[in-house]
Amino acid sequence: MSTDLDTRAPARGPAASIHEPSPGARRRRTTSRGMAALMGVAMVLAATPLALILWQVAVQSGAALGPSLHGIGSFLTQVEPLSYRETGGGYAHGIVGTLYMTGVAAVMVIPLGIAAAVFLVDHGRGAFAKLVRLFTDVMTGVPSIFVGLAVYAVLVTTLGFGTFVGAVALAIIMLPIVVRTSEEMLHLVPPDLRAASLALGARQWQTTLKVVLPAAAPGMITGSMLAVARAAGETAPLILTAFGARTIVTALQDGRGQADVGILMADGMSQPFDAGLERAWAGGLMLVVIVLALTVIARLINRRSQI
Amino acid sequence: MSITTDPRPPDPATSGLRGRGRARLGDPLFRWLTIVAAASVLVILGVMMGRTTLEAIPIFQAEGIVGFLTGDLWSTGQSRSEVTGQYGALPFIYGTVKVSLIAVALAVPIAVAVALFINEVAPRWLRKPMAYLTDTLAMVPSIVIAIVAIFWFVPNVTDPIAQWVVASPLGEIPLFQGPAQRLSYWSAGLMLAIMILPIITAVTRETFAKTPVDERLAAYAMGATRWEVMRTVIVPRGVPGLVGGTMLGVGRALGETIVVAFTIGSSQRMGSSLFFGGDSITAVIFNTYATASPEAIWGLLALGVTLFVMTTIVNVAARLIVQRSGRVTGDASV
Repeated sequence: MSTDLDTRAPARGPAASIHEPSPGARRRRTTSRGMAALMGVAMVLAATPLALILWQVAVQSGAALGPSLHGIGSFLTQVEPLSYRETGGGYAHGIVGTLYMTGVAAVMVIPLGIAAAVFLVDHGRGAFAKLVRLFTDVMTGVPSIFVGLAVYAVLVTTLGFGTFVGAVALAIIMLPIVVRTSEEMLHLVPPDLRAASLALGARQWQTTLKVVLPAAAPGMITGSMLAVARAAGETAPLILTAFGARTIVTALQDGRGQADVGILMADGMSQPFDAGLERAWAGGLMLVVIVLALTVIARLINRRSQI
Repeated sequence: MSITTDPRPPDPATSGLRGRGRARLGDPLFRWLTIVAAASVLVILGVMMGRTTLEAIPIFQAEGIVGFLTGDLWSTGQSRSEVTGQYGALPFIYGTVKVSLIAVALAVPIAVAVALFINEVAPRWLRKPMAYLTDTLAMVPSIVIAIVAIFWFVPNVTDPIAQWVVASPLGEIPLFQGPAQRLSYWSAGLMLAIMILPIITAVTRETFAKTPVDERLAAYAMGATRWEVMRTVIVPRGVPGLVGGTMLGVGRALGETIVVAFTIGSSQRMGSSLFFGGDSITAVIFNTYATASPEAIWGLLALGVTLFVMTTIVNVAARLIVQRSGRVTGDASV
């Protein structure tokens, strides 16, 4: 026994340090570091597209907005010239249309979504609630172009194109987002708060409206803003429902169509003319700014939430 | 006398606390209101599905469901009332599946690495900002990604890679055969990979984070390195989440419209190579809708129904897998 130990010990040599207890330790540590570095590379790779997109949108839209950004005013207040060759003009009609449709959609869907979330939280154990929850999740995965097609088949065939029809399509896209985020937030409201309200003699609906919903409000506002941000950036369903317009449309539903920044961009970038393309880039910058601002504000509100 | 005129003396337990009749209706009314709201989710989905299918029935009748799904010629007629063209959806289904597979193949390894990096390697203070960074990509409107894709990514990233692969010995394999076109399955697939990366990362990260702390600490205590802990403890634990997240990503990829419509190349040739132009369900709807005849609209609706069925199957399966380990949260998941 002792001879065994004697012959092995010199072959291995004394341990270099306490960090090298076995001969494979160095190799294993190198592998670990190598893999960590590889993951770091993947992280950089994953972050690059966002940086590239923001950089390109910022640089390319400079041509339409002018070197000192003096073009912003006219871009926001004028409509696009009739020809894609002409420079100048802007996306005022698209901005009006996008905000109009997103606003109408939000008004329609946020109360509905919150009510559905209240149901899921108050009566969330039954088979019906489970079904609703599963289909809400399924609905987040429904392709937006299919929503456009369906709204086309249901509404456009009778009402024609327009603001309201476009808003319905956006509302359907927003609905599952509002339901899911609201439900998550309502679940976070402490049960004690609810119990205290009921113990004071408030009815169930009074408890929900006056105690639970206000407590969950910051989180639900966050969710609703994320939904609005998603809707504001949608284009595919609007091509089939809002269709597009070349002037500012104020009618709720005139059957002729409503403009949208995304549609204008899609048109502008399909044309071979520089002026139209430059406006499309500027429109892209605007969409990015609107959507990212909404996202960031939504997160800030959520961070200040008490629950 | 007063006792006889009032047969029921006011009982404090019923009169004082139960309130007047109208207020008592509040609760049932409120409950029904919320039930109707919840049911609206099912109703909306049902109406969308039912009506679209109904409108597409002439196509399914003319081609047969199998004929529609396996036909490889899409040649629309100009009729307003009957089906005169040929409607075969195979080139579009092929393209949709192909770009989604490319996207998943590119996105999943990176998503796993990013999830491990954020959860295990990065310093603690950097974790939240980096998670936000990956989630933010999911919020960029797809039309913006599309414009950057065709004017920057395709000429500067996807096309050089395609040319290089075609020129290399790999170009002999049918999958990488040349000549490489700029707008191709590959271009669309790469852009889709970028777009589905956030959701796969978010789901994967969440399930990796749920690894029991005891198991991780036990592995570390036995002398495992960080990589060994990830490989033997964290990743095996996260496989269901990874599968579910990947399928959610596939669902996203199947339905993404604008980026694919602008980068896939609009060709119905069904080439074997990644670098040939192709077409997808969403792209053909987007690209041909504005000039479609009534008959062709039915065809597009039939394609839409096909797409809906595909994505719903994938999504339900994904949610069922993910749901077993809790729901997905975060911006990328909505």
